[in-house]
Amino acid sequence: MQSIKDRVAIVGMGCSKFGERWDMGTEDLLVESTSEAFEDAGVKSEDIQAAWLGTQNQMSGQILAHAIKTEYIPITRIENFCATGTNAMMDACFAVAAGIYDLVLVAGVEKLKDSGVGFLTGGGGQPSAQTAPGVPPPAQFALAANRYFYQYGLSYEEGKQMLAKIDVKNHYNGSLNPKAHFQRAITEEQAINAPMQAFPLGLYDCCGVSDGSAAAIITRPEIAKTMRDDYILVKGLGLGVGAQQGSLRDYYDFTHFDEAVYSSRMAYEQAGVKNPREEIDVCEVHDCFSITEAITMEDVGFSPRGTVKNDIDNGFFELSGDGPKVNTDGGLKCFGHPIGASGVRMIYEVYKQLQGKADRRQVKNVRLGMTHNLGGQPGSFTGAISIWGTRD
Amino acid sequence: MAGITSYGAYIPFYRLGKDTAGWGRPIEKPVVNFDEDSITMAVAAGMDCISGGDREVVDSLIFATTTSPYIEKQGAAMVAAVVDLRRDIATNDATNSLRAGTQALRSAVDAVKAGSAKQVMVTAADCRTGTPGTEFDQTSGDGAGALLIGNEGVIAEVIDSYSVSDEVLDNWRAEGDSTVRTWEDRFVLQTGYLSVMPEAIQGLLKKVNLDIKDIDKAVLYGPNPRRHAEMARQLGLDAGQVQDPLFGQMGNTGAAYSLMQLIAALEEAKPGQKILVASYGDGADAILLETTDQITNFNGKRGIKGNLEKKRIRKSVGVRGATVKGLEGGPPSASARWRARESIDRLHGAKCLSCGLIQYPPQRICSRCHTKDQWQTVRLSNKPGKIFTFSLDYLVGGVDSPLAITIINFEGGGRGMFTMTDREVEDVQCEKPVEMTFRKLRSSGGVHNYFWKAMPQRF
Repeated sequence: MQSIKDRVAIVGMGCSKFGERWDMGTEDLLVESTSEAFEDAGVKSEDIQAAWLGTQNQMSGQILAHAIKTEYIPITRIENFCATGTNAMMDACFAVAAGIYDLVLVAGVEKLKDSGVGFLTGGGGQPSAQTAPGVPPPAQFALAANRYFYQYGLSYEEGKQMLAKIDVKNHYNGSLNPKAHFQRAITEEQAINAPMQAFPLGLYDCCGVSDGSAAAIITRPEIAKTMRDDYILVKGLGLGVGAQQGSLRDYYDFTHFDEAVYSSRMAYEQAGVKNPREEIDVCEVHDCFSITEAITMEDVGFSPRGTVKNDIDNGFFELSGDGPKVNTDGGLKCFGHPIGASGVRMIYEVYKQLQGKADRRQVKNVRLGMTHNLGGQPGSFTGAISIWGTRD
Repeated sequence: MAGITSYGAYIPFYRLGKDTAGWGRPIEKPVVNFDEDSITMAVAAGMDCISGGDREVVDSLIFATTTSPYIEKQGAAMVAAVVDLRRDIATNDATNSLRAGTQALRSAVDAVKAGSAKQVMVTAADCRTGTPGTEFDQTSGDGAGALLIGNEGVIAEVIDSYSVSDEVLDNWRAEGDSTVRTWEDRFVLQTGYLSVMPEAIQGLLKKVNLDIKDIDKAVLYGPNPRRHAEMARQLGLDAGQVQDPLFGQMGNTGAAYSLMQLIAALEEAKPGQKILVASYGDGADAILLETTDQITNFNGKRGIKGNLEKKRIRKSVGVRGATVKGLEGGPPSASARWRARESIDRLHGAKCLSCGLIQYPPQRICSRCHTKDQWQTVRLSNKPGKIFTFSLDYLVGGVDSPLAITIINFEGGGRGMFTMTDREVEDVQCEKPVEMTFRKLRSSGGVHNYFWKAMPQRF
């Protein structure tokens, strides 16, 4: 088994404005993100030899060809729940590292705001017995929140305050980002007193449901060198798919997500990261809900089990904090969460941070950035991690 | 000797009472929750009846009701599957008459006497709807009873029976009607109830050569307390001979009423007592039973007494037939549901024969040790459980908001995700005990789809 470390470079990226893009369809969003990526990389769509598209709701990779008018090139559509975008990037990286293609486009996109409701309705999927409880995402993650509070003896007030601090941080970061869906800072009181969605998760504990797209142009490092100086390099890629272990094993505790533990371990090993709490400078995590970010800090080794509250109380993950800066672009919470686009959007922020082009939210001396996705629900996830670094 | 070998009952947990907004009467009335119907109540009574007993010896199941959710599709087949009886059994629906319960009892006794069945389970359930505010609305209630009829371990022998068939338009409900209609009260009572039921009772007494004074307990169908009392007077029964008809606590539970009263009588009975059961509806049935010594040692059932005691009063009159809106989905794929019928209807989990982990729903390959196709079936429907974790969802909305979603860990192993019903918000907490209850999830596209839910531990 080989490591992916330093074998693929990103030479250009683009990201659409995220939000309620009533005037933009899926194809429009793809044009917006890929145009920026092409311009950033200094290439044209004719230069692309193959493409990977991450999307949940579009059934085929054709939508990308329809949008940007490629001429009969290989395009593969990837779907892996909320890890879709990262998974698309991952498979594209493998193709480039293998030397099959020299220049590849990776895009993620989702048009969610045509559904008519304000929350995720889930894919239609296979016809079923229709007996499984219809559980919207907030309720799925509330299962983890309530057990986390119970296991670590947090009262509702203590737990709720811990989550509110995450909401406040991500809203502040989002307020520094013109592409974010939500760009307004909030207070702890606002977060705590917001309408309940799924106890104990209130409105501000839940991420935005947004339209958006993000794109990347990747190549091998030796080619990247001829294109620009500030390309970034892949350091590690991890993907861990759950087999419903948590649903089927009655001893699973609902206070950690093994899929994130295993996928981060994979990526750390490739990247040579021994102490993520010290070594990772910025990290975009899958804060679909505030409790997910809290648990993720423990899953990826930033905080020891059961202690994330201390780090949160100390502002450890804030832009001004001492630890890895988490969700510098506002995260899913504020940047928004168009499913297939999210993984690529996270990499976009890491790319900008590594290049020193993150404007008002720029973290100093960023050398190693990481992204994290969780697709599915407590009980069975797809966990995805990517780690990126500056060129030497 | 053919007779009753076991009984069970179900009365909805929630009652209308004097503190219920929109009801406000001093009497209590058990009403089905939005996710209950005659099938789900028959299942609950059947589960009570068979608890601690042997499902393998049951050769037949009858489902008696006037409120079967389907016109064409058997209720008994579903009740039998959900109670987890054998597959090679006879199933029958006894419907369309208030006498369906006692008719089912007669058929069961005949089958056992004829030797065509060792044990027959009779389930009777009803949730009839009357026009709000009418006397019917005040005197009726929802509930179910179940009897096991056999010839070993008999607690009450069925001595004899006598029936009268009578064609009259007194109470009826046509296809498509939601409420019961009746002809003028005085006609109905004089030519119907007050004349036909005594005819059957006298016929029976004459047949067995007994006088009404020889009866220790008379279980009498009655449309309301006044007519019930009038019937007892007319028959020459002393107050002590008459089984409490449970108006104001349980009410007239339709086709299940006579059997539920009989169960209440059995709960108090001593050995060697003669019990008369009389029911009315398109004629009348009179059945004579005599308790045996075995009744002294018979216990452990929730029964009528237990069900009446374990109750909660509703805050407001509920919405019958309403379902949870939002993400609950449409009708099932018949084939997908059929494939999973053992796990959906019978709530069967599977225990890995290699590592012992109980998994729900059953898998081909063990989640823990990866052994393939080595399983032992485990019935989870009658296992108590605890809430491992939960959420209360305010997005889905509908009649049961907030929707309680729970991860249930079963006693002895196994875990599943279930919605929770018959609960207050404060019931939904980590480590709180629950029991499982079979409920209707929704009706959609002409399909009533059922599955198990968790509810606060009632017993």
